[in-house]
Amino acid sequence: MSLWKNIRRHRLAYLLILPTAVVMATIVFYPLIRGVLISFTNMNQYNMGSRFVPASYRFVGLNNYLRVLASREFWDIFIQTIIWTVTNVFFHFTIGLGLALLLNRRLKGRAVYRTLLLVPWAVPTYISAFSWRWLFNSKYGFFNLALKALGADPIPWLSHEIWAMVAVIATNVWLGFPFMMVVLLGGLQSIPKEMYEASEVDGCGPLRQFRSITLPLLKPVALTATLLGIIWTFNMFNVIYLVTEGGPHHQTDILATFAFIEAFHQWRFGIATTYAVIILSILLSFSFFYIRALRGSEEIY
Amino acid sequence: MRRERHTWLVHLVLVICCLAAVFPIIWVLSTSFKPEPEVFSDRLNLLPDHSTLENYRHVLTMKDGVFFIWLRNSTIIALITTVISLFLSSTAAYAFSRYRFLGRRGGLYIFLIAQMFPGAILIVPLYNLMRQFGLLNSFPGLILAYATVALPFCVWMLKGFFDTIPKGLEEAALVDGLSPLGTFYRVVLPLSLPGLAVTAFFSFITAWNEFMFAFTFMSREKLYTLPVGLRQFVFQFQTDWHLMAAAAVLITIPVVIFFLQAQRYLVAGLTAGGVKG
Repeated sequence: MSLWKNIRRHRLAYLLILPTAVVMATIVFYPLIRGVLISFTNMNQYNMGSRFVPASYRFVGLNNYLRVLASREFWDIFIQTIIWTVTNVFFHFTIGLGLALLLNRRLKGRAVYRTLLLVPWAVPTYISAFSWRWLFNSKYGFFNLALKALGADPIPWLSHEIWAMVAVIATNVWLGFPFMMVVLLGGLQSIPKEMYEASEVDGCGPLRQFRSITLPLLKPVALTATLLGIIWTFNMFNVIYLVTEGGPHHQTDILATFAFIEAFHQWRFGIATTYAVIILSILLSFSFFYIRALRGSEEIY
Repeated sequence: MRRERHTWLVHLVLVICCLAAVFPIIWVLSTSFKPEPEVFSDRLNLLPDHSTLENYRHVLTMKDGVFFIWLRNSTIIALITTVISLFLSSTAAYAFSRYRFLGRRGGLYIFLIAQMFPGAILIVPLYNLMRQFGLLNSFPGLILAYATVALPFCVWMLKGFFDTIPKGLEEAALVDGLSPLGTFYRVVLPLSLPGLAVTAFFSFITAWNEFMFAFTFMSREKLYTLPVGLRQFVFQFQTDWHLMAAAAVLITIPVVIFFLQAQRYLVAGLTAGGVKG
């Protein structure tokens, strides 16, 4: 069948997709290209132009990239981003898996536990972020009041570099484990019960069952959920911006929040989009290698 | 079936985890009923000594009821976003599910990759674009952005649902003289109501909870959505935690009830969309 014929035969399909394609093109792909272009300019608040004033920013080549990659700030924040992502996804996964295993058995009150454990997912992120900021309040927050009641010294949660990182990570772990739990529980429930029964007949203990049935069969679901988790956490803006605003002194910033702060606190659009392009490149190449490694490991089965 | 051992230990772990999961919300709930001096006292008090509704009264009546204006803005924006995103995603998902047209695979991949874009990369050019077209501080700009952000996920999920509907039904309808679009509208859509409900729920929640776009695009207080309005209590005055707590409770309770009802279908939708490629 010729190309033209194929296209004509599926006229209706193209018609159905047209509105979505137009919207995606104007709101996602055009801005994406424009964003990449802005990263090669010195655009800021004053030279960006408006409906009344013509734009006066100019092309600066790779200057932004050189400046960013040569700065101490970028590498500090890059390392913070890695610490943030790895720690969060590690705790999301281990807590999520642990709870999924506990919930995947006959248990009184299972439905109640499950519902209560989903609460952090159900609460709007911004509400959770404000609530935790309140819990961490240095003078009247729950944690410091509790420490005081126990006779311990208060902790400067949001104004000390390490404690602030602990605080935002705690918030985000709380926020993110239910999703992992639900997805892994779904994965566990799709493993046929007969496999466990058969292995019990063969004399396998629970540990052996976990290693040779549960883990391998859970692997596809777990790997996909982890990839999604890594991408989401890497880009997580709300929690950090609303709990610490990246402070103190950018020490809880990750690349995503720093890009935003460069754009809308400092109004340096050129630098901000440079950060954004770097984020996108990191995520795209990471996903590419992750999926390739995943394909390689699947061939074993 | 697995043997049940150490049941009490399992219950203990689960109870501790459940407490940790709900505690922050309980603490905010308790704060919201405390009179101001109790909120800002350095004594640990799980429950208020003298419960009061004063914080709620204050939130609901402050600045001529600005809370209701934010609530109205959030509701209008989320509802219109839902309608637009349902229309766009159902038509596109149907095409992806039923027709083997040129560019189908590529299109599906593009949707998947679009999920990866950080808001950070789109926000600057979108801000410029909206500014150029005078769409800052306007609902249409924000609605368009939200509908698009929700779109890739909705298309994938609905495609999964459409894939599970047998083709025989549509073929029968075509033989009976319905047009292809009529078949879609009269046969396929009614059969995928659960899928449509999940999609609607997802788009509504996306718009209802979004903070970054609303925060950058809306600079006039009367146009704020709830997340942006609430941020004022936390960052602008630094001392309005009692008001933040009351507002948070008002916003959260309906959302949580709604979510816990709908999450079963959301998870079903995730798996339906994910399993079928």
